[in-house]
Amino acid sequence: MRCAFLARYSPVAADAVRAFLCSSCLAVAWGAGLSVSAADAELPPQIAIIDDLIDQDWKDFEVRPAPDLDDTQWCRRVFLDIVGRIPTYEELAEFARDRATDKKAKLVERLLYSDTYTEEYARNWSTIWTNILIGRSGGTEDRSLTNRDGMQKYLRDSFATNKSYNRMAYELITASGSTKPGSENFNGAVNFLVNKVNDEDGVLATSATSKIFLGLQVQCTQCHNHPFNKWKQQTFWEFNAFFRQTVALRRFISGTNDIDHAELTDQDFAGQAGDPDDAVIFYELRNGLTKSAYPVFMGDEPIDPRGLVSDVNRRKELAKFVMDSEYLDKMIVNRMWGHFLGYGFTKPMDDLGPHNPASHPELLETLGREFRDHSYDLKQLITWITLSRPYQLSCTITAYNKVDDPSVGEPPKFSHFYLRQMQAEDLYQSLVVAGDAKVRGSYEQQEAERRRWLGQFVVAFGTDEGDEATTFNGSIPQALMMFNGDLIKRATNTDAESLIGKLARSDAKVPEKVTRLYLTGLARRPTRDELTLASKLLTARNGNTTEALQDLWWAILNSNEFILQH
Amino acid sequence: MNQHFLNPIPAGMSRRHFVKHMAGASAMFGSALSFGHSMRVHADELRKNRKSAIMLWMSGGPSTIDLWDLKPGAPTGGPFQQISTSGDVQICEHLPLMAKQMHNMAIVRSMSTREADHNRGRYYMHTGYVPNPNIEHPGYGSVIAHELFEQRPELAIPPFVSIGGASTGPGFLGMAWAPFNVSSNGRIRDLEMDMENTRLMQRMQALNLMETSFIKSSKGSVALDHQAVLKKTLDLMTSDQMAAFKVDKEPQEVKDRYGTNGFGQGCLLARRLVEAGVPFVEVDLGGWDNHQNIHTTLSGQKLPQMDQAMSALVEDLEQRGLLQDTAIIWMGEFGRTPRINADSGRDHWARSWSAVVGGAGMKGGIAVGETNNDGTEVVTEPFSSEDLMASVCKALGISLEVTYTSKNNRPMKIAAGGKVINELFS
Repeated sequence: MRCAFLARYSPVAADAVRAFLCSSCLAVAWGAGLSVSAADAELPPQIAIIDDLIDQDWKDFEVRPAPDLDDTQWCRRVFLDIVGRIPTYEELAEFARDRATDKKAKLVERLLYSDTYTEEYARNWSTIWTNILIGRSGGTEDRSLTNRDGMQKYLRDSFATNKSYNRMAYELITASGSTKPGSENFNGAVNFLVNKVNDEDGVLATSATSKIFLGLQVQCTQCHNHPFNKWKQQTFWEFNAFFRQTVALRRFISGTNDIDHAELTDQDFAGQAGDPDDAVIFYELRNGLTKSAYPVFMGDEPIDPRGLVSDVNRRKELAKFVMDSEYLDKMIVNRMWGHFLGYGFTKPMDDLGPHNPASHPELLETLGREFRDHSYDLKQLITWITLSRPYQLSCTITAYNKVDDPSVGEPPKFSHFYLRQMQAEDLYQSLVVAGDAKVRGSYEQQEAERRRWLGQFVVAFGTDEGDEATTFNGSIPQALMMFNGDLIKRATNTDAESLIGKLARSDAKVPEKVTRLYLTGLARRPTRDELTLASKLLTARNGNTTEALQDLWWAILNSNEFILQH
Repeated sequence: MNQHFLNPIPAGMSRRHFVKHMAGASAMFGSALSFGHSMRVHADELRKNRKSAIMLWMSGGPSTIDLWDLKPGAPTGGPFQQISTSGDVQICEHLPLMAKQMHNMAIVRSMSTREADHNRGRYYMHTGYVPNPNIEHPGYGSVIAHELFEQRPELAIPPFVSIGGASTGPGFLGMAWAPFNVSSNGRIRDLEMDMENTRLMQRMQALNLMETSFIKSSKGSVALDHQAVLKKTLDLMTSDQMAAFKVDKEPQEVKDRYGTNGFGQGCLLARRLVEAGVPFVEVDLGGWDNHQNIHTTLSGQKLPQMDQAMSALVEDLEQRGLLQDTAIIWMGEFGRTPRINADSGRDHWARSWSAVVGGAGMKGGIAVGETNNDGTEVVTEPFSSEDLMASVCKALGISLEVTYTSKNNRPMKIAAGGKVINELFS
């Protein structure tokens, strides 16, 4: 066998690979460098729209895109972004074997639509959305009414069935029912709002709903008109008035004072003047004067002011306005773009207010419209983005694209891929699935273990808004965990069933084993220097292959190349 | 320092031994280690500046009108009475222990800021800058750690430790200056390595090779940051200075004096870290976001806890002769509305509030600035986050002429060009 690609690698590595591939009955090469052409007739036209508008920006700013990423590494990238983990060695090999020109499109299709990945797809996106909707600590604090399992269950079911995005938004805004799986009247969607309505007249429900679904940051306008924000204090309270029928009721374990779960429901609201036919609310200006407000959506027509639920269900009225708003479309497109490309079209990604212009306004609008026209189908949106040109680029910074650096405040041009750290959730899943750091027990036990592990990185700020930060940010606590933590110990263990154990016992020669470790962890082969070092490690371990592989795997997992999405 | 307190490295192995072993590993592999040893040897440079700062961060926005600048009798005054103190100021009756320490502390009663949202206020009070999506400013802790770290090359503990809270990040200074977050019990997860040192160093060697070639392929600053953090992590794993975190080893009466709760033990840990030479420690006390039932929450929970721990810290530092070198800063994101709302709470208020500072040569026992009769306006010269930070920098011997260059090549003056509050130094 003589392949063009083998010539690109050092003879040592090439020999190793060839030998290894033969022993694994893999006849074909890795990283053959075939890329999807946007001109391909079968691809959705939205990809060309993205490519054209991004390319226009490159021309306008005189930047040239980085070279395309190696196919195998692209495979790792797209696995991480769609199912939240790196591919296994076998999955990489399958992709590498495929010689078709549309292999990338096929992989994306497989990740999105094959039954094999339904569960992982749903798990990944429900994890992401749980964090968006209730934060990393939502449901874990004392006295919280939120049930994290309930939130995740709703989201998992929604993503597993590929529920349309607008449907999900509608359900999350209007849901009623109980929070806890298995309880009577269970509706997991209520967990988004259940802990945000009782205190402070539902201002948290107001700011979360407008920010998450519409990209409108209104929390500052609660107390005063904001100089940089089109929203006025009146607009905030008019939006807030939609939530004033909504209450979270505590349900107790019978015969005790212990809360079993909560139930979110809408009740008749007589307004603060006590007239259900004119259910007005009041708020205070900074000078102490009181003003009145009725439900109005961002300066739109006022709705029926009555407060009886049988007359008007205010949350449902709100949801209708949200469904009609173009901000709904733009926000989700911006969020998804940011997820895959590292930066949204605005910064912060969830602030689409007029004071914060987008880097690619036309693309944002067009993609939003296309997404609406395609039934808010998230899987189609993912296909468009992952097969677009900017998503194929490597991270390489060249003389022709180095001005494109959003980290210094430049609007992103997407002329190279922006390096970013894996999320803690991605690292965990990568080590469990690809690194064979098996967790045992039922789904619930596994989930509890995962949550415990993730919890170590969450630091809450102790405010009523539930603000929080993560220490999984590349700082020392993360490095200590990667050096010495239990998860890493499990991932590098040498039991018979472990990655290292199996590899050490296989018939392959040492360089092949080393190559396989590099492919598994980094989706690339070792360099000549790295192979040399591996053989020195083997000598240092007195010829104990298992230990040498263990050392190497530890080093791979701790490298920035492993932890960074690139 | 008590050697037996900790065992991050196997028994019988001192830090120096460890470094020797590393050198051995390196020799075997035929190339120099580029991280792993941090024995910066210029001992004559040591102990030039032993100053440190402890920030007591009152997360949520404390009601300073009920603590440090009471308005008894005013419609906004609330139920608390004032008491006399060891300084020339009066404070809340629920802070009796602090009252005995006020000769060491100054109240800045004319803080006037503009950010009344938690995130914005936290950012502004920690950095001196308002949030800007295009630039991440370094927080107080990172800046002060960065300025003072150079002068204590023997320090292996991260120079900025944040206890019980997240603080604010290092911004453009890079992750090597990030807060080292620990809980108030001082236990550090995953610090122990159960591996022979030579083998660890060989692993580090393999890792170093990968890191270096990844960085060489022009991947930008994220990759460089990672290498710097790995180095600091290895330093810390192999240092006997980490004994400073063993707050458990304190005598029971000392623990009791600080209060056997998170904030109390956090303050005690802060003192231990300052003793060990850490230039900046932040201790977080949350729960000040009292939109409801504020006065029962304050008198029943927050104030007794804070009073005990803060007074213990000031007293302990003074008794150990450390207070003259240690600046204490007490503040939150903002104050709370003078007007009491319908839920018997107070809401966010940035226009007129108080911060408390002391130590490191700052004048104690005084109140700087004044608010009007109902606490709604500052009637003297208003002070900002920048001014407070400039004053702390001056106390710590950090030049206000220090200027950083942000990633986008903009010059950024330390303390954002704030002016020193002269009353603190007269």
